[in-house]
Amino acid sequence: MSISHRGKRWLYALVGLLALGLTACSGDEPQNVLAPVGKYALKEDRLWDLTFMFAAVIFVIVEGVLVFTLVKFRHRPGREAAQFHGNTKLEIILTLIPATILAGIAIPTVKTIFDVAEKPANALEVTVVGHQFWWEFRYTGLGPDGTDVVTANELHIPTGQEVYLTLEGKADDVNHSFWVPRLAGTQDVVPGRENHLLMRADTPDTYWGQCKEYCGLSHANMRQRVIAETPADFQTWLAEQQKPGVKPTGGVAAAGQKAFLANACVGCHTIGGTEAAAEVGPNLTHLASRKVFAGALLELNKENLIKWVSDAPSVKPGSRMPSGVKDLGLSPQDVQDIVTYLLTLK
Amino acid sequence: MATVAVDQRRRLFARPRATTGPASWFSTVDHKKIGILYGVTAFVFLLIGGAEALAIRTQLATPNNTVLSANTYNQFFTMHGLTMIFLVVMPLGAAFMNYFGPLMIGARDVAFPRLNAFSYWVFVLGGIFIYSSFFLGGAPDGGWFGYAPLNETLPGPGMTFYSLGLQILGIASLAGAVNLIITIINMRAPGMTLMRMPVFIWMTLVTQFLLLFAMPIIAVALFQLMFDRVWQANFFNPANGGDPLLWQHLFWLFGHPEVYIMILPAMGIVSEILPTFARKPIFGYAAVVFSGIAIGFMGWGVWAHHMFAAGLGPVANSAFALSTMFIAVPTGVKIFNWIGTLWGGSLHFRTPMLFALGFIAQFIIGGLSGVLHSIVPSDYQQTDTYFIVAHFHYVLFGGSIFALFGAFYYWWPKVFGRLLSEGLGKLHFWLMFIGFNLAFFPMHIVGLKGMPRRIYTYPSGMGWDFLNFIETIGAFTIAVSVLVFIVNVIRTRKHGEEPGDDPWDARTLEWATSSPPAAHNFDEIPIVTSRDDLWHKKYVEDPEGQPVPVIAGGADAQVEEEGHGHIHLPSPSYFPFVASLGLPVIGWGVVYNKPGVMILGGIVILLGVFGWALEPSVEEV
Repeated sequence: MSISHRGKRWLYALVGLLALGLTACSGDEPQNVLAPVGKYALKEDRLWDLTFMFAAVIFVIVEGVLVFTLVKFRHRPGREAAQFHGNTKLEIILTLIPATILAGIAIPTVKTIFDVAEKPANALEVTVVGHQFWWEFRYTGLGPDGTDVVTANELHIPTGQEVYLTLEGKADDVNHSFWVPRLAGTQDVVPGRENHLLMRADTPDTYWGQCKEYCGLSHANMRQRVIAETPADFQTWLAEQQKPGVKPTGGVAAAGQKAFLANACVGCHTIGGTEAAAEVGPNLTHLASRKVFAGALLELNKENLIKWVSDAPSVKPGSRMPSGVKDLGLSPQDVQDIVTYLLTLK
Repeated sequence: MATVAVDQRRRLFARPRATTGPASWFSTVDHKKIGILYGVTAFVFLLIGGAEALAIRTQLATPNNTVLSANTYNQFFTMHGLTMIFLVVMPLGAAFMNYFGPLMIGARDVAFPRLNAFSYWVFVLGGIFIYSSFFLGGAPDGGWFGYAPLNETLPGPGMTFYSLGLQILGIASLAGAVNLIITIINMRAPGMTLMRMPVFIWMTLVTQFLLLFAMPIIAVALFQLMFDRVWQANFFNPANGGDPLLWQHLFWLFGHPEVYIMILPAMGIVSEILPTFARKPIFGYAAVVFSGIAIGFMGWGVWAHHMFAAGLGPVANSAFALSTMFIAVPTGVKIFNWIGTLWGGSLHFRTPMLFALGFIAQFIIGGLSGVLHSIVPSDYQQTDTYFIVAHFHYVLFGGSIFALFGAFYYWWPKVFGRLLSEGLGKLHFWLMFIGFNLAFFPMHIVGLKGMPRRIYTYPSGMGWDFLNFIETIGAFTIAVSVLVFIVNVIRTRKHGEEPGDDPWDARTLEWATSSPPAAHNFDEIPIVTSRDDLWHKKYVEDPEGQPVPVIAGGADAQVEEEGHGHIHLPSPSYFPFVASLGLPVIGWGVVYNKPGVMILGGIVILLGVFGWALEPSVEEV
């Protein structure tokens, strides 16, 4: 990877303009397309390397010839323009050269198109549902008694295994596009349809992504993380997710659960082991096991949760979650209690 | 043309007579005045769309910025796209096609002068209609591509204005297309065979055919969207069995030819400017013309490359990848021919030439990045990122807008009789060239670093901050360059050099008449004997094939004073303007679902069309 990276750097330097912008390293660039991981992103990247190389060479040649022409044939006193109308042979040659190059590139292109669309055996299957403005992930049949394990915004996957995502477009939602650049290119989530996307991570890491198809007011705030773990860690995580929600033990958390169930929260969210079983908003059964929430916009901590529960639309414009204080009539005490409860839901 | 005596019937309006003064602009049917109207209006919209771009760039200059709210940002990027496409690049093309189409083919006017005025008025009222949404509850905010079903679920009247406004603008484009096609086919001067037409006229013809077939497709989609939004139909609503992908197919089946509608006139302009300033004929005329036609045909077979990630499946994606690669071939042919035109020439780097060369240099980049998008698996990464934003700005700004500014400098002395300042022109070019590349080249890189399009904010720590800041500096540099152009225009009104009829020693017929041209264009319709007819009337070839000026007045056809008295030009008319007034009224009626208002608009159109039909096209004063 380091070699291909250096090669790319060199090509950009060749292109010349503003190579400065590339000097920053990919370490703090969590969505860098040019730092691919896993076989699907790498296949796409290899094709990019090939075509970009051709493009860079053609760019240098054509712009070079253009500049050369401008210098060589600039007007000087006493020099007349040569009066010729064309050259059929040259025209044919110059048509055939790009046609041949393109035909050459077409072959690996078509091959890769089919490659990255082929469903492998033994892939982990996860359903991805796009909502305005957050992601729902369903591990079909992996819950207790054949139910689904449902989580939001953080997609856990085991390393070393292909993951076959079914992108499900809810009929009453809008277009989204699921994109985790370092793992794979994008596929759209189209209402009323199902698309598929394959990815595979070979090293444990957290891979960032965000919605790529304009989906309304908070399109910019619809993000996601893919957490790739060793198969053992993944199984541990899965086992935790299969459990029902933690029952509150302390006084404040119990009050929080009561407030949660007595207010409008219960109309949209599910918390396993309680009567909250609605599927409009994210499943909160293991909310506190996540690092981020609200479309991976906010880090999960008490302060952010209080802000969010009190007045979600002020944090994320156009949020479907109403303002807890203004719209749902929660008191500041209710908010405190609910957040305390939510933070116990490991 | 037959003339009709003034009849004594009572009329709604007295037939307008004035050809000067403010009122005459509302009644003119002169293709040159209509061309100027198109140009001025489109330039005003360019300033508005540019201001939106500056607001967008200001918001994105730094991470987590709050200059614009999400709501305002989404309206601005949508309106920026709609404005630049439908209210700037297309009508600027129309301005030059209107003004110079008849002049370059040796005609006195377009085939249907009143329809021409109607096209213009529908265009300007369509633009005003869309912009009225800012004051009537919010502008369109679903992107210029307005994907379903978001286009139906967005609150506020914005997307209803979008559906109606683009339908109105489509009527303007359709009427204009019919008019220009018939003008070019039927009204060429004697001897102006198809293969003697200037390349700009060829590209105009191809463009108008594209409009003729593309606008009905988007009209269907917009009509369905209007019914979905206003009368709860379900064409695109998946919750009730509609299909959002139907919108994508219809939109891009229009939308891709639309790209060529915006670039082909620019290619035509460049093909006029280069030979003039290289002082030699265009290289491979036939190849340039046929590659333009080929692009026109092949442009219909590539639309789904906008939908590679929509899940059409590997077979469809492969097919559209191949057709997209294929269309790069005729585009490449054009680049080679332009360089061939420069090769061996005696290149004069006047301002129009600089813009034409800027076009070529930047279009090469936009073309190459376009080929990169055809590589479907790479496009899965690039689509909907700033890489795409960079690509199409290199084509439509670095390409079309540069060529159109070149056209301003090139043809200004013909239209206004005065030369724009060369010094300010060069300053304009270099500022715009630097600003453009500063604003848009980093977008390639920031796109590859994973920055999606259409996001109103972004966090820091993504590796995007520095590049975005540079882009904003570039955007403001572009704004400064446009200010220089405005200063140049104002200065030229009083102080511009008056260079005579043919300041560039050019090649085509528009330079054979006076600057500015008389209302009837040519005192005598020219007889065309060759391609680049004017050039061949000015120069003969010596034994080595080098041009030698023709002695004494070869370029000036003898003026027959006798003939002048018999030129009958179409008379001015208010009715095209009246008829067009009804369209936005119907639009507002639909937005607010008020049948009375719709009927009122219909009545206005009916009155306008009746008056139009009943008045003779030519009346003697």
